[in-house]
Amino acid sequence: MADPTRPLPNLRDLDKVQRLTYQQCAVCGTVVFYRRRRCTGCLSANLAWKESAGEGTVYTCSIVRQSYHPFFRGMAPYAVAWIDLDEGPRLVSNVVGVEDPSSVHIGMRVKIRWDEHEALCVPLLEPA
Amino acid sequence: MVAQARDAAIVGIHEFPSRDVEGALGPLQIKAECAARALEDAGLRLCDVDAIYDAGEGGGMAGLNIAEYFGLKPKVIDTTGVGGSSYEFHAAHAKRDLAANKARVALLTYGSTAHSNAHAIGVGGRGGGGHPADNMDNFAGMTLVANYAMVAQRHMFDYGTTSEQLAEISVATRGHAMRNPEAVKAMEDLEFLDIRETTVADVVGSRMIADPLHLLECCMISDGGGAVVIAAADVARDCAKPPVWLLGAGEATAYPENGGDITTSAAAQSGPVAFGEAGVRPDEVDVAMIYDSFSITVLTILEDLGFCAKGEGGAWVSGGRLRFDRPGDGPALNTDGGGLSSNHPGMRGIFLLIEAARQLRGESCSQVEGARLAVAHGNGGMLGSRHCAGTVILGKD
Repeated sequence: MADPTRPLPNLRDLDKVQRLTYQQCAVCGTVVFYRRRRCTGCLSANLAWKESAGEGTVYTCSIVRQSYHPFFRGMAPYAVAWIDLDEGPRLVSNVVGVEDPSSVHIGMRVKIRWDEHEALCVPLLEPA
Repeated sequence: MVAQARDAAIVGIHEFPSRDVEGALGPLQIKAECAARALEDAGLRLCDVDAIYDAGEGGGMAGLNIAEYFGLKPKVIDTTGVGGSSYEFHAAHAKRDLAANKARVALLTYGSTAHSNAHAIGVGGRGGGGHPADNMDNFAGMTLVANYAMVAQRHMFDYGTTSEQLAEISVATRGHAMRNPEAVKAMEDLEFLDIRETTVADVVGSRMIADPLHLLECCMISDGGGAVVIAAADVARDCAKPPVWLLGAGEATAYPENGGDITTSAAAQSGPVAFGEAGVRPDEVDVAMIYDSFSITVLTILEDLGFCAKGEGGAWVSGGRLRFDRPGDGPALNTDGGGLSSNHPGMRGIFLLIEAARQLRGESCSQVEGARLAVAHGNGGMLGSRHCAGTVILGKD
């Protein structure tokens, strides 16, 4: 049996290009993330695509020590976090590239490290 | 105090006693069993029911399939499905529908075999699915527990809340569970280790599931179910048991927002509406039935409902304040033993209404002396992520 793999998002949100994009309303300025058809501030259709520089701050975090998912069970313990990107979008992801997941903390500066897969890349975070 | 509208009351209740049906029953059968017992409790018959409220856990086309299975042709069908808070929404809608004379007798039922199905709700990966946001959440290995843990982490960071303070919620709830024979039986059937009253040291010494939440801060996964019968005022006054009035109700939603504060839940919106409609203040409440999926759920909601200020919950719950035998000191919490130590088949909102009604009838195993007012607050979905809140204020004559 093949090794369990990370569940991957839909191609519509991410691709191989390694860019994290979000939307911003040209009418009311609301930052919209994940992608929407209409603005979450005013329902305008005038949403412009922007690209994040990929840096942000840990808003909150936890260490998952028990998971029954075949992939994540093998990864535990691992850090999960809500990340406030500097441009405004709040993203949930893993903070990797740390020796001990306990070192991940609120206020920590992080940057995107792309996790490459065959069809797309997913944005994980590592210390900035 | 504003005049309270006493137009609908809980008149019948039943909690399914078993938490492990060993695969012998399904959700629909548990719902039917509970419906029969709750109607018997009320002194009403199936033909008296003309409104049904259903969260859809019995299968698709919820309103239709439950009507056929029960043998009902109701005039009102409400299939609001907002997870564990569904039953507070149902009670709110039943109150509205009965007050508008759309129906006379409302039936709410719940049945689940989460334990028999070995459904790993907390650590099996994200629940839900099908929502566009899941697309961007699933790749990170978020467990359900981790969502709540991240609220606790931020609450600790912002307000200095400690694990010892959160543990007070588990300790108070277990104390109540040990007085409830059905809760003790539940813990035995689900093979809990070391079934006894716990201490703060026990809770913070139990293993970490998702930092900072320990095992004894997480609810159980059981089978179970229940039913609640709500009647219009004139019917309620003729029922077998004294009416437990629905005095006020509020509903709200919350979800991840850029820059949002996850230490405040949707209860901050639903609470004031419910208390306002009932014309009562949190400090008048004798019993608080608060959805205890995890310790942090209760702490956050107690603050958001206004029992104490935001950020002061940790100190407020300390020193055993939430015990049933400390009247005048704040409300007794989850006197049935809660989801932490009595019953959590996935959506425990109906048990909040059931135990609140028991308290106001004087039927609880941990009876609060002279209890006159109770709040039932359901949280559905996931605290710290997308969730619904339903607050119901209940009172006796």
